Amino acid sequence: MISLSMLDRKLVRDLARLWAQSLAIALVMACGVMTLILAMGATRALEDTRAAFYDRTRFGDVFATATRAPESLKAEIAAIDGVSAVETRIVNPVILEITGMAEPATGMLISIPDHGEPAVNRLYLRSGRLPEPGRPDEAAIIEAFAEAHGFQPGDSFGVLINGRKRQLTVTGITLSPEYVYAIGPGDMVPDQKRFGVIHMHRAVLEGAYDMKGAFNNVSLTLSRNADKDEVMARLDSLLKPHGGTGAYDRKDHMSDAFLDTELTQLRGMAQVIPPIFLFISAFLVNMILSRLIALEREQIGLLKAVGYSNLTIAWHYAKLTLMISIVGVAIGAVAGTWLGQGMAALYGEFYSFPFLVFSQKPDLYAISMLVTFAAALAGAANAISGAVRLPPAVAMRPPAPTGYHSLFSGSSQGFRLPFSQLTIMALRHLVRWPLRTALTTLGTALPVALLITSLFAFDSVDHMIDTVWFRADRQDATLTFAAQASEDAIRDVSRLPGVMAAEPFRAEAATLRHGHRSRTIQILASDPDTDISRVLDRKFGAIRLPPAGLLLSDRLAEHLGLKPGDQVEVELSDGQGRRVLVPLVGLTNSYVGLTAHMSREALDRLSGQGVRISGARVLVDDSRLRELYDEVKRTPAIASVALQGVSRERFQAVIEENIGISITIYVSLAVIITFGVIYNSARIQLSERARELASLRVFGFTNAEVSRVLLTELGVMVVLAQPLGWLIGRGFAELVAKGFESDLFRIPLIINPPTYAVSSLVVLGAALVSALIVRRRVDRLDLIRVLKTRD
Amino acid sequence: MRSEPIAPAPPIFAVSGLTKVYRTGDVEVRALNGVDLTLEAGEMTVMLGPSGSGKSTLLNIVGGLDRPTEGSVKFRGMELSGASDRQLTAFRRDHVGFVFQFYNLIPSLTAWENVALITEVAANPMAPGDALALVGLESRMSHFPAQLSGGEQQRVAIARAIAKRPDVLLCDEPTGALDSATGIIVLEALARVNEETGATTAIITHNAGIRKIAHRVFSFLDGRIASCEVNETRVKPSEVSW
Repeated sequence: MISLSMLDRKLVRDLARLWAQSLAIALVMACGVMTLILAMGATRALEDTRAAFYDRTRFGDVFATATRAPESLKAEIAAIDGVSAVETRIVNPVILEITGMAEPATGMLISIPDHGEPAVNRLYLRSGRLPEPGRPDEAAIIEAFAEAHGFQPGDSFGVLINGRKRQLTVTGITLSPEYVYAIGPGDMVPDQKRFGVIHMHRAVLEGAYDMKGAFNNVSLTLSRNADKDEVMARLDSLLKPHGGTGAYDRKDHMSDAFLDTELTQLRGMAQVIPPIFLFISAFLVNMILSRLIALEREQIGLLKAVGYSNLTIAWHYAKLTLMISIVGVAIGAVAGTWLGQGMAALYGEFYSFPFLVFSQKPDLYAISMLVTFAAALAGAANAISGAVRLPPAVAMRPPAPTGYHSLFSGSSQGFRLPFSQLTIMALRHLVRWPLRTALTTLGTALPVALLITSLFAFDSVDHMIDTVWFRADRQDATLTFAAQASEDAIRDVSRLPGVMAAEPFRAEAATLRHGHRSRTIQILASDPDTDISRVLDRKFGAIRLPPAGLLLSDRLAEHLGLKPGDQVEVELSDGQGRRVLVPLVGLTNSYVGLTAHMSREALDRLSGQGVRISGARVLVDDSRLRELYDEVKRTPAIASVALQGVSRERFQAVIEENIGISITIYVSLAVIITFGVIYNSARIQLSERARELASLRVFGFTNAEVSRVLLTELGVMVVLAQPLGWLIGRGFAELVAKGFESDLFRIPLIINPPTYAVSSLVVLGAALVSALIVRRRVDRLDLIRVLKTRD
Repeated sequence: MRSEPIAPAPPIFAVSGLTKVYRTGDVEVRALNGVDLTLEAGEMTVMLGPSGSGKSTLLNIVGGLDRPTEGSVKFRGMELSGASDRQLTAFRRDHVGFVFQFYNLIPSLTAWENVALITEVAANPMAPGDALALVGLESRMSHFPAQLSGGEQQRVAIARAIAKRPDVLLCDEPTGALDSATGIIVLEALARVNEETGATTAIITHNAGIRKIAHRVFSFLDGRIASCEVNETRVKPSEVSW
């Protein structure tokens, strides 16, 4: 048997006696440790995996597209200072026809060199092999798409290449650094079933698209010291005559940008949430230890009197703190590891990496342990130093009585507030310990804030869905033509089965310039009275497109330093090099991408090529969707189809699943903090006031009346915590929304009243339960014992 | 000062065969062992005895803070020994005033408010200021307990106990924490209250010097009443010394 020193025995018994309060604190610490391990572990998993995968597959640094550039340009691109490797390709969207699937899926056909591996954006072969030269119907497909359809090497599916249907045989399953997060056209979240990436030999695609000796897509890697902006500028000038739509780098690459967003969110989680928990646990440690030391004042005096050193006594209480922390770290480490593995599995569903291992390196656990210990000891420091400073002779005498201020009553003769003496007792106690009251209030406000920070996503997503799919893009489908067509094409679209209404649109890539700033984007043009797909102003009202001038999303206008009324220089990417000054006539609201809108008439005029349309937005009779799908698949002139309704449903499903998970986590966290704060606060109060409350019982006050003193005090703090929590929560939510904001998308900051209400109700409920657990102890107060003892 | 008990009225308390046994593990302590006594309306009694003799246990049971193991306690004919918690709470609230050795004032309330705490829930209380005046504290009403001397605190406790006009005033070692000069002031306050309100007053003490101020004196030993003496002539507290 281990022999403990007498002080250690006291320690063990103190802990056993304080188990409930200690456990409540340990759980708060555990939440901090768990979120730290979870967020840092997941961040590392994603960062390390991404870096390794990009390195191995030589993911490009700069990307650009053109309509048709001669292969001879490749040497010139390679000669740009700072470029280390160039890969030119043919990339085209296609409609896929898969047996057993009614709605058309979209594919991205990407060429791979006929011989050897690509210099940039190599493929990671999961199974099977890459297509063999000279076999035009062989293709490799990405894993997510293959898994969604159960495709194995040897299976086949149909694809419409430039109007001709071909049956492709799957030779291999691949992963691509460009499609770690694979989003199809018109989608906001990945839909593995409806979007596939297909790699085929260059020669095959050159033949199919009549692109012999030409390319329409280029990716570069850069040398270490390259001037990226300079390279992009040079690349733009080389590609411009060939319909170049502007080079972009990794941060604007869709797949990488989504990964970055996830990482931003995880880092934010690691930076914001664990400190909240550590702060609260430090405060709780301080509260419980201060009380313990106050109760043990005479014991401390005695220990000192018989010769125990200050250091021994300090270490005794530090050990108590550390024991609680060890329990917290242990629970948090187990929970964090378990949740981390779950999170890695979830990432596995969304991100196509060859491997994704949740990081369980010991240093992560060591860091978590150290910060938890540090926070706990910081909380304990003040209380312990109080114990150390006590001279033994003073310690053995009772403490001086607590003085109060005569707030809340006025004079005994004059004006009086309508409070009973029981209420005044509660209020004076609150004011007597202002710091503790403030921290307890803050400690209760933080879970409210945490809930708002997580729940507001519901409101924002609802608002986004409403704005994007019910106010702006209200079409059921967007058909994009293989080549621009004359206005007559809209009549053909109207005649497609099930189409109830169709509106034409024209899309042109263009470079917008203002001063030294420029952006290459797509100008979307519709009819002025467009009703299916509408352009919204910043108050979400539909805008009638003006006959002349440009409308930009506010973020794009901000990038270019433009305000309504300014002139912006527009150069269409049609290779003609014509620059025209166009007035900015208004700002629009956009949550997805940087957008520029014009009326069709204005864009037609600008292009100088007469009336052309790029596609149509259609409303479809639900009951005839299948017929439309079949017809679209048979129509060579339609290059791709984006199904807005399906996108919306998929988006809702994914978001709801994710939000469901995060709400479960955040509600649990909020309940744990509230319990930790309120339970401990109530226990301390009860301990400090046991004598007072028992006296009240002796004088004939009922249990209910006596409890009211306790509950009033807690109630005031919990109620004050609500508006504070709303305020902090709104601040956090704003940070989250800002953190998400990128050129690709942004999340609106929308917090509806029910979100505040639900957040408060969860915390109020948890607080009430915690208080009622302590309330039962009032019934068990020992009336006789308190009358015979001094405070 | 009255020198004779009021004869024809029925007793306020009638205690018979009262036994209280405390059990802690295997140890059995017989704190009261068959006590019989009556307390008459308006009389002042002193309960004397060494610690552990059972006097506080008796006071706790009579005051409705504890229940006997055996025997009966009747307050104006109402049996207290079988009363529920709720009934005992109501009994304490409506009929009993307590004064304790350590005052048990609420530190966050002023003297006036400590008294008002009780008068707020009493059926027919006196004004808190009047109760404080009765114990000579009219000038200290807005002081907090921490700002009052021990004797003053105890007088606030007495004012608090009598402000609801209780039928019975139970005082457990009211002078135990005070020096003799201050103790005498407190006893004077108790005597005056007994005189002016007619509350039956029982004072527990191990201080034999106090015995002379009472109408009757019960002496306790080993859980029994060893003797009961009647003071034919009472003395004023100011004439007592210890």
